[in-house]
Amino acid sequence: MKFGIMVNEGPYQHQASDTAYQFAKAALAKGHEIFRVFFYHDGVNNATRLTIPPQDDRHIVNRWSELAQEHNLDLVVCVAAAQRRGLLDENEASRNGKDANNIAPGFRISGLGQLVEAGIQADRLVVFGD
Amino acid sequence: MLHTVNKSPFEKSALASCLKHATAGSAILLIEDGVYGALDKTSFSDQVRAVMPTCGVYALGPDLDARGMSGRVMDGVKVVGYDGFVDLVAEHPNVQAWL
Amino acid sequence: MTEEHEMEGEGGVIKKFMFVNRKAPYGTIYALESLEVVLISAAFDQDVSLMFLDDGVYEIVKGQDTKGIEVKNFSPTYRALEMYDIEKLFVSKESLEERSLTEDDLLVDVEVLDHTQVAELMAAQDVVLSF
Repeated sequence: MKFGIMVNEGPYQHQASDTAYQFAKAALAKGHEIFRVFFYHDGVNNATRLTIPPQDDRHIVNRWSELAQEHNLDLVVCVAAAQRRGLLDENEASRNGKDANNIAPGFRISGLGQLVEAGIQADRLVVFGD
Repeated sequence: MLHTVNKSPFEKSALASCLKHATAGSAILLIEDGVYGALDKTSFSDQVRAVMPTCGVYALGPDLDARGMSGRVMDGVKVVGYDGFVDLVAEHPNVQAWL
Repeated sequence: MTEEHEMEGEGGVIKKFMFVNRKAPYGTIYALESLEVVLISAAFDQDVSLMFLDDGVYEIVKGQDTKGIEVKNFSPTYRALEMYDIEKLFVSKESLEERSLTEDDLLVDVEVLDHTQVAELMAAQDVVLSF
């Protein structure tokens, strides 16, 4: 089965990103496919490479990057939500005259159409939020 | 339909709303803070018990364990892991998150 | 926006998409950002419904004046939905009554459903997006 996953909240503040990650891992372990993980609202903050969480706790951003690399996952961050919250890749930074970018490896910034497409193409779309 | 509820019924109306709108044959999965809705002898227990004849009620074990609540789950609630969560999503034709 | 080419799902798949709105406007961003998804979904030619339930009914009441809080008033956007062929707007009867609201208080045309009808409609969807 193909799953789409939507993450609506940022790392640490809410459990949404953790639960989504555990769900994704379990789905992959069962041989399912993850069509896309789409990060919206504060969920875009799961894609910043600048987090420095305490060493004795999980590294939420890196976990997503590693899972994406291991399973070739498509982690998509909504461009409008990202712009609102200051989450940029190199392209977005230079297009908007910003002096830095902060996106973590394995994530890409794209439009809301990617979420709708995930709803259409996946067999199930599971939402994790507040 | 699979309904997921992630907030405590004492904090938000999500579970109450979900219970009002779950059709017969649905499954309700309590996750994150929603697992407090699975507990026995609370002022909310009867509301959850009331849907059990027509809906499957499930709670995510790791979330119960994290909160020290595994020993307080009411009879009739099925405790599942993340693999069970995945199975529930696959088994039902659609899924709705009550946030 | 109406000039944008219409994107269909591959193979012309049409799914029933429901956007469930249960939160009041302005206190959080969910109402606004969910509306942004709704507008994008118009380009995909899917069977789109909006459901306003619980505090979500407050998103579409008339008379929103945001000058004092210096936040953009996005409520006029709900009236633009029909320009994008998004016309299936549903509201929970109980949610209106609990809040002493009637259809006359709303800024768009809606179909009012009781909780049994809401439940049945939700169960019939392919994709449900909650915010």
